[in-house]
Amino acid sequence: MLKSFGKLGRASFFALSALVLTTAAEASDISGAGATFPYPVYAKWAEAYKAKTGIGMNYQSIGSGGGIKQINAKTVDFGASDKPLTAAELTKGDLIQFPTVMGGVVPVVNLAGIKPGEIKLTGSVLANIYLGKITKWNAPEIAAINKGVKLPDTAIAVVHRSDGSGTTFNFTYYLNAVEPAWAAVGVNTAVEWPVGLGGKGNEGVAAMIGQTQGSIGYVEYAYALQNHLTYTDMQNKDGKFVKPSYEAFQAAAANADWAKAPGFYLILANQPGATSWPMTAATFILLHKTQDKPENGKAVLKFFNWAYADGDKLAKDLDYVPMPDNVVKLVEDSWKQVVDASGKPVY
Amino acid sequence: MALIDQAEESRRRRIRNGRLADIFFRWMTWGFTALVLVMLGGVIVVLVQGAAPALKLFGFDFLITAKWNPVTDEYGALVPLVGTLATSAVAMLVGVPASFAVAFFLTELCPYKLRTPLSTAVELLAAVPSIIYGIWGLFVAAPFFQTTIEPALAAWLGPIPLIGQLFSGVPIGIGVLLAGLILGLMILPFMTAVMRDVFETVPAVLRESAYGLGATRWEVVWKVVLPYCRTGVVGAVMLGLGRALGETMAVTFVIGNAHRLPKSLFDPATTISAALANEFTEAVSDTYTSALIALGLVLFLLTFIVLAAGRRLLLRAEVAKTGGGK
Repeated sequence: MLKSFGKLGRASFFALSALVLTTAAEASDISGAGATFPYPVYAKWAEAYKAKTGIGMNYQSIGSGGGIKQINAKTVDFGASDKPLTAAELTKGDLIQFPTVMGGVVPVVNLAGIKPGEIKLTGSVLANIYLGKITKWNAPEIAAINKGVKLPDTAIAVVHRSDGSGTTFNFTYYLNAVEPAWAAVGVNTAVEWPVGLGGKGNEGVAAMIGQTQGSIGYVEYAYALQNHLTYTDMQNKDGKFVKPSYEAFQAAAANADWAKAPGFYLILANQPGATSWPMTAATFILLHKTQDKPENGKAVLKFFNWAYADGDKLAKDLDYVPMPDNVVKLVEDSWKQVVDASGKPVY
Repeated sequence: MALIDQAEESRRRRIRNGRLADIFFRWMTWGFTALVLVMLGGVIVVLVQGAAPALKLFGFDFLITAKWNPVTDEYGALVPLVGTLATSAVAMLVGVPASFAVAFFLTELCPYKLRTPLSTAVELLAAVPSIIYGIWGLFVAAPFFQTTIEPALAAWLGPIPLIGQLFSGVPIGIGVLLAGLILGLMILPFMTAVMRDVFETVPAVLRESAYGLGATRWEVVWKVVLPYCRTGVVGAVMLGLGRALGETMAVTFVIGNAHRLPKSLFDPATTISAALANEFTEAVSDTYTSALIALGLVLFLLTFIVLAAGRRLLLRAEVAKTGGGK
């Protein structure tokens, strides 16, 4: 009996020491959760940052609603959301927010024989499709703006997000701006959709579009490219039909006056400009002002400082527009608000 | 003399250790049972506490309202509840006859050499993770359903007066029908395994006497085997139904996540577990979170009612067998 106890004791000692050694190695990784909109670029940045500094960035793409909830619950070091919080919400949660990149929400369709950019849509037509008022692809409203394109006589399968999504927020904000009837549905990260199927995350919507013929949905541009989906052209505020592209997002972003926006609250939908993409959006990071763990707060700010300095090319490769230099300066000045328990800035 | 004392001493010590072991064993088993009951009680308390704000706000109407609006914070459980019941009904309609047929084949018709490999193959279906069923459903089955099966069903069954309504509507592949079929496929291995085991407990003498009297294979199973193992079969069906009611990941992929009442089997819908899986981590307002927990409470009560009804059926079957006689 004594002998077997001795063996058990030795075994548990080794197990405990192994546990201690392994946990010590991962203490410096930073964790974040939220929007699926910027996930492709955050993943690329995390990979490059880890190669350079050895510190990993663990990002869970669960949707903007999830990001807001998790940062309020303090389960992650930072939250990510495409829906910016208002100044009142930021004060209530003791949070600061700052934008990282801008991108475009594009409508995608699955129609046999139609190539990317062959179909044109206006904001009003898109809103009426999502309201369930336009139900077939060869409806007169769609045919009128797509002369010469062979539209099939099939029903439109509408796809939206089933989870709390900042992409939905920006999409419904745009539809609300261009179509008065959309006020019945409202603007939020989750709404009561009159028609359609729900997919979880940008990834889920992209998968459903790929699998369902005659479907239409909205995803961030990087997802449309990576999944080889057929995107459509949109009519912007100036009445011109534009293709989604880095230049179109940049044209919309050039109108943004970040200095005047309290808490950087700015929504880039429906911006003027002949080449602007009408559904451009910025994505934001949420961080607690008073850090319980100052080292984590500092590590997060160091990561984003690196991203602003060296991550521009990676963002541009994925067709995200990086923040202009003057805005980066404003953002990094705002980081002085992030303090530890004694009031000292962590970065 | 000393030797006999030693033997006596060691005998007494063995008895004492035995008694101590008994007491320890009894406390341990009591403890674990109590732990299970405490955990069950804890789950009920948490569900009721979490659901209380929403139930106070909406009242009993929560169960019959079809609204689900996160913008105006108005919620109702009718759509997820109907979706759960509809997909489980389709799963049962498809799964029970199929598993009965497989169990029947494995015990009566299958050549002896093939019995073990086929039984193992059916049980391997149970080892497939449920999310794989969901992925297979979305990527393989859904396009096939949209292009081939659903239009065929709409053409054959659509014109029939009453049930035709169930097979009309726009075929999009995913929806109540596909979710129900995938659920049926998932619960098939469990029900088959239990039914097969239960069919095999029938004494050989009963079966052989029936064959000896000239009964066909079908008559033997329907009139001799099934009545004998009624309780086991009902138990298997209840097991399958319990699994179908609560299944989450497979259903989330293929149900379409639409908070609207489905008017036909081709329509998308949502189930309670799919709604919870999609929306719980992101419910930003307190009412939203409370409404979701209230949905969980509804599912808990539904499963409880189903299991209680199953037990009641079994109890009546027992009484009929022993008390009433045949």
